Amino acid sequence: MIAQKTRIQSLFENKSDDEKIMSLFISAGYPDLESTVELILGFEVNGAELIELGMPFSDPLADGPTIQYASNTAISNGITMSKIFEMVREVRKSSEIPLILMGYINPILKYGVERFCKEAGESGVDGLIIPDAPVEESSIISKTADEYNLNLIYLVAPNSTNERMRLVDQHSNGFVYCVSVTGVTGAREGEEVAKSVERFIDRVKSNVTKNPKLVGFGIKSYEDAKVISKEVDGFIVGSALIDAIRKEYPKKGWKDKVFSFVRKLKFGKA
Amino acid sequence: MKYTAPTKTGYFGEYGGKFVPEILIPAIEELEIAYEETQNDPVFQKEYHDLLQEYVGRPTKLTYANRLTEHYRRGKIYLKREDLCHTGAHKINNAIGQLLLARKMGKSRIIAETGAGQHGVATATACAKFGFDCVIYMGAEDMERQKLNVDRMQLLGAEVREVTSGSQTLKDATNEAIRDWVTNVDDTFYIIGSVVGPHPYPMMTRNFHRVIGEETKDQLKKEEGRLPNYLLACVGGGSNAIGFFYPFLEDEDVKMIGIEAAGLGADTDQTAATLTKGTRGVLHGSLSYLLQSDEGQIQLAHSISAGLDYPGIGPEHSYLYDTNRVHYFGVTDSEAMAAVKLLSIKEGIIPAIETAHALAYLDKLMPITQKDDIVVVNCSGRGDKDMKTISEWFSEQK
Ligand SMILES: Cc1ncc(COP(=O)(O)O)c(C=O)c1O
Repeated sequence: MIAQKTRIQSLFENKSDDEKIMSLFISAGYPDLESTVELILGFEVNGAELIELGMPFSDPLADGPTIQYASNTAISNGITMSKIFEMVREVRKSSEIPLILMGYINPILKYGVERFCKEAGESGVDGLIIPDAPVEESSIISKTADEYNLNLIYLVAPNSTNERMRLVDQHSNGFVYCVSVTGVTGAREGEEVAKSVERFIDRVKSNVTKNPKLVGFGIKSYEDAKVISKEVDGFIVGSALIDAIRKEYPKKGWKDKVFSFVRKLKFGKA
Repeated sequence: MKYTAPTKTGYFGEYGGKFVPEILIPAIEELEIAYEETQNDPVFQKEYHDLLQEYVGRPTKLTYANRLTEHYRRGKIYLKREDLCHTGAHKINNAIGQLLLARKMGKSRIIAETGAGQHGVATATACAKFGFDCVIYMGAEDMERQKLNVDRMQLLGAEVREVTSGSQTLKDATNEAIRDWVTNVDDTFYIIGSVVGPHPYPMMTRNFHRVIGEETKDQLKKEEGRLPNYLLACVGGGSNAIGFFYPFLEDEDVKMIGIEAAGLGADTDQTAATLTKGTRGVLHGSLSYLLQSDEGQIQLAHSISAGLDYPGIGPEHSYLYDTNRVHYFGVTDSEAMAAVKLLSIKEGIIPAIETAHALAYLDKLMPITQKDDIVVVNCSGRGDKDMKTISEWFSEQK
């Protein structure tokens, strides 16, 4: 079992009931290798409470065009697992923001599960999200992750049964990632997300009882986030953030524009 | 020795499993239950086997290749004629089976990926026969080199969606099909074209193809009164090979050889020789061997044959490779093309370029056989679809 509280667990313990956590996803090495650390630190200053750092994979089959693009760009930029750990160590020099590595299982297997978890733990990573290693296959990494004090975070989706939600809740540590739409990642029109999400969230609330809950997939604005996270602990934005970067990069002052987008997401105004 | 793989959780030794996003878990569980039910359902089994007989044209013939045998002057060569299946390749055995399953499960929409287009054509055919909506994902490069099959799918009423991501071949078509499935999981059934993907697909697809090996066994028994010495098949994802091998796995004296596409050579980076060159990893939902970089990024495969141009392989083949029950070798583009010509000239059969990879290995195998040895090659498909590539190849050789 997890010996020590991770930064993720402390974050949720210390948050007040009506406070909403904003978690931001960015692919490591996108839009370039140099900017990742600065972006993470900037996200924190501008309202993010949690960071999901994407480990780019050549064949991201649960991702839409935006994250596919970011992954491909990062791979072309020369991102590697060692560089990702370097980035985490760099962030940890000045920040205690809870940080999760998110990515597909294959690069982790190739790196070596033991070596990966050890370096992740030692560099200051708090948790892992591996979308293609569901509970069924968790034994491939769960014991080692525990050993290095990494929370494993699993997902539930609108088509998950109640029983399945309870199983995922049991296996997860830190929080449960609630996928708001059945589909790949990508920003969507607000109505599409809000439409079916209410019933889903009701089911999540009655079945996921051990862990805090964050909702993600498709959220692209403060308004979306407000509606969708009303009944849970917070929300996750990925594709919309990458779209915002893609729009401004590499124009002069692109980072400031991105940070102002982040403030708008969190506070409704820049 | 009794052969029982896979386990209940979908493992062939250490390979296989269900490495899929949470959204697909309910779909896979539903599929497992539905498939299990069909196993003991005489009505389902009868309908499937009737269709194989009356629509696909099974049993396919086992042809003695006398002039090819004379050519090598050693053991006897037989061809299992999957090229005579309706639509021109073995793929339809599986497409029909999975479509019946989709119908039983109440799904209204069918999706599939295709490389050579044979699985796409087989799926489009089954959909036409049963009145299903059909979307086929195909890489842009494959649409170009297998244009005849694109036209066939469209004529059959399928929508062919061009995939321009990545290498624009089978791997990327599979990614897009999975993304479609994730998005439309409620009403959509994904008919996977080979023994790849998450459990139960590798097992299910194998079982829909095992008829190939079962017929071969019966036919050879009638013809020769005994088992073969060697079975030879090409391996992309591995469906024709496993369907052919599976009924013989417990017959320890039957040697089996799977032929991968080596492209320009297994020692180059223009290759699709997954077992020869690959390492373990997860692609498209299962753990198996695959071609990947040191960082675990999937590498682009290369083969002149669209159906073998894939950086992964079915998990059962990885298991049979590790346990040495089946031996795997690579054949290059040019060796395969020479075999296309040889079979055409010697037997009056124009094979698919995929199939020709297996045939090319006869050059290496036959010299070590005895006069009374029997070699059966699975002739997985016919070469009409490849005429453009074949003509271009031989005009460049001149
Ligand atoms: C004629 C033929 N043979 C073989 C293959 C390779 O697939 P598998 O290895 O699954 O049999 C294909 C694939 O498209 C094919 O069309």
